Amino acid sequence: MFTAAQKYLKKDTQAAPLAVFRVLFGFMMFLGIVRFWINGWIDKLYIQPKFFFSYYGFEWVKPIGDYTYVIFLICGIASLFVAFGYKYRTAIIVFFLSFNYIELMDKTTYLNHYYFISCVGFLMIFLPANSYFSVDAYRNPSKSFQKIPKWTVDSIKLMLGIVYFYAGLAKLNSDWLFKAMPLKIWLPSKYDLPFLGDLMQQQWLHYAFSWSGALYDLTIPFLLLYRPTRWFAFALVVIFHLMTRVLFPIGMFPYIMIVGTLIFFEAGFHLKIIRFLSKILQIDYSKIEADSKERKYNFKRNIALPVLTVFFAVQLLLPWRYLAYPNEIFWTEEGYRFSWRVMLMEKAGYAQFKIKNTETGEQFLVDNTDFLTPFQEKQMSTQPDFILQYAHYLGEHFGAQGHKNIAVYVESYVALNGRLSQPYVNPNIDLMKERESFRSKDWILPFNDTIKGL
Amino acid sequence: MKFLKFSLLFAFLTVAITACSSDSDNPEETDDTFDRGAMLANWADNIIIPAYTSFNSKVIEMETATIAFNQAPTVENLQSLRMVWKEAYISFQSVSMFEIGKAEELRFRNRLNVYPANVAQIEDFIATGNYDFALPSTIDKQGFPAMDYMLNGLAETDVEIVTFYTSNPNSEGYKNYLLDLSQAITSLTNEVLTSWTGGYRDTFVANTSSSASGAVDKLTNDYIFYFEKALRAGKVGIPAGVFSNETLPENVEAFYKKDLSKELLLKAMNASVDFFNGKSFTGNSTGPSFKTYLIYLNTIKNGENLSALINNQFTVAKNKANELNANFAQQVETDNGKMLATYDELQRIVILLKVDMVQALDVTIDYVDADGD
Repeated sequence: MFTAAQKYLKKDTQAAPLAVFRVLFGFMMFLGIVRFWINGWIDKLYIQPKFFFSYYGFEWVKPIGDYTYVIFLICGIASLFVAFGYKYRTAIIVFFLSFNYIELMDKTTYLNHYYFISCVGFLMIFLPANSYFSVDAYRNPSKSFQKIPKWTVDSIKLMLGIVYFYAGLAKLNSDWLFKAMPLKIWLPSKYDLPFLGDLMQQQWLHYAFSWSGALYDLTIPFLLLYRPTRWFAFALVVIFHLMTRVLFPIGMFPYIMIVGTLIFFEAGFHLKIIRFLSKILQIDYSKIEADSKERKYNFKRNIALPVLTVFFAVQLLLPWRYLAYPNEIFWTEEGYRFSWRVMLMEKAGYAQFKIKNTETGEQFLVDNTDFLTPFQEKQMSTQPDFILQYAHYLGEHFGAQGHKNIAVYVESYVALNGRLSQPYVNPNIDLMKERESFRSKDWILPFNDTIKGL
Repeated sequence: MKFLKFSLLFAFLTVAITACSSDSDNPEETDDTFDRGAMLANWADNIIIPAYTSFNSKVIEMETATIAFNQAPTVENLQSLRMVWKEAYISFQSVSMFEIGKAEELRFRNRLNVYPANVAQIEDFIATGNYDFALPSTIDKQGFPAMDYMLNGLAETDVEIVTFYTSNPNSEGYKNYLLDLSQAITSLTNEVLTSWTGGYRDTFVANTSSSASGAVDKLTNDYIFYFEKALRAGKVGIPAGVFSNETLPENVEAFYKKDLSKELLLKAMNASVDFFNGKSFTGNSTGPSFKTYLIYLNTIKNGENLSALINNQFTVAKNKANELNANFAQQVETDNGKMLATYDELQRIVILLKVDMVQALDVTIDYVDADGD
């Protein structure tokens, strides 16, 4: 076993697939930033709001007013540097840090897709993605390598495999499989799709999408790994992600996944892409080949392997942390984020906060629109950690206004996957007395139903 | 060349996805879909436009009565102007929720019904004769609440009120202000109505897209916003002191008229539930509506009968509201508990609309990437 592992780690492979992945990833990120900017979302999401929801432990990460644009600018430039493979190591570190800063500013915008990009960004810090077809290698032939350790390319495949497989596991629950929820809510609302609108109203279609979605997620990593099924698998990838692009507002993610899965293809395919790109960009392809001829990249310091081993151990375990909480994960969302639970539930909520003076009994209700954007209010009203953080913010806000002996209560209702709304947070709990932690939140009211499955 | 295959594959997939559509031409399947265009048409043709038409005729009458009063400021003319003002104010409750299109552009509800009226500044405007109702800062000095003050709040008795328009040194100023108030309402209403009859109706009905800018999503958001903020909070919650440390009886609707606040609330609730049920403005027939839409979606979902729950809760809330004093200011001061009880029942409607109905309809709140997690 140990020798098998050692043998595997010594194996090498062509550098081209990782180089192509780097180029496409960098460009996709650049386009993503440009799209975000052009849509005016930097202003809308990070400058307009008065208040931002922080991740536990990252309360110090906040938008910095108009300078927030600079962070996006840095992130955009860094992704271009990554694409070109110019000063790669610095560029990918800057990309990783700036991208994560953006993501950590407000958890209202949390998307699994962004988390996926953070993970890949982290991974790529440790990979020799600039050893081929990069400005770095072009300018300094001693940095040019045709071969790299096989595990470096495989680590990207593993990351993609984890995303799909865990997303598939998360779909193995009674709501998804036996009630076709939440697709039964989402698909009928796509009535205006050309040609497909009427089809979206059919129950059999909702079940077909639910089951095939789960099956797709669980099997696609293996179909991509196995050479005879690879082209078929890639066709599925394209169909599946274009479908999700048509049906749901998930931005760049479908394209990133389509492009990302190209890494499963043989080096010959990637060499063709490189030759093609060289022709377009008028780069002397023969020089790339000559510089790197038969040279293999070797890690000087051996930190990449241990770091990535720990990283993947965490990746494999983190999605299971919800098992440590006693409540229904869909209801309390304890352990929900960072575990590839993608497009799994439809939640709507309503949260009415009450500020009470504990001495005099005087009380009044808060108008959420005074403090939150509609998007923030929507996210806040269904997620307990948001509710708690907002309650503390309100308590401090009204405290600063001169109110005394403040207690903050919330009357809240949540509807999950088409169930009738029911009370969410215990309305008799003073939220000012509760603190955010990893412990189970006992002030969330019971779900009164069960969702079976993983 | 794999590259060729690659691009061929993309082309093939596009065709494949489009080709799936052939199924939907099957007539059996189109029967059980819900026609949102028909719902929008029912809203526009049988509810919104008739409601604005009726309201428009009321405000024209009000302007005529204002002119008559200004020409002959007698107690009798005051009383008849007050009557048509009351009729128009009640009629306004049937259009206030439709803050879409021209009404949204003009901020119609804010122009016509922000209360309490700012009396000190109204007096200031009358004294100087210098004001512009188009400015956002003047919303609490115009509309029905300002007219309420001008017709009911200047003094205790009608005889005394009339003196402001006769023997007062600045009686011209009072007359002008009253007429300007009335005319502003007429011209704004006329603008909204002619926009609906002059083409906006077709734009509205054709805009069946499923997005934050689609007419169904937009009017649903407007309707719920109206119910939550203007009806539940404005008419009941704020005066009952729900949002403040103490009760605010002077913040009731039609504060100076005194006995009108309950009637306005009941009218607004009726208009809301009728809109929910798609009931025609002029008759008793009903058409496609939130109610039938929810029933349709429930044939897919097999969940709770949400439209029945909402209708029941409307009835419960109306029964509570019926127990209230005709004058809400008095109700708040004598027995605010009943006011709060009405608020609680209205609040239950808000939850059913804002949580359950929004989820069932899958209404888009805002356009941002989001994947439902």
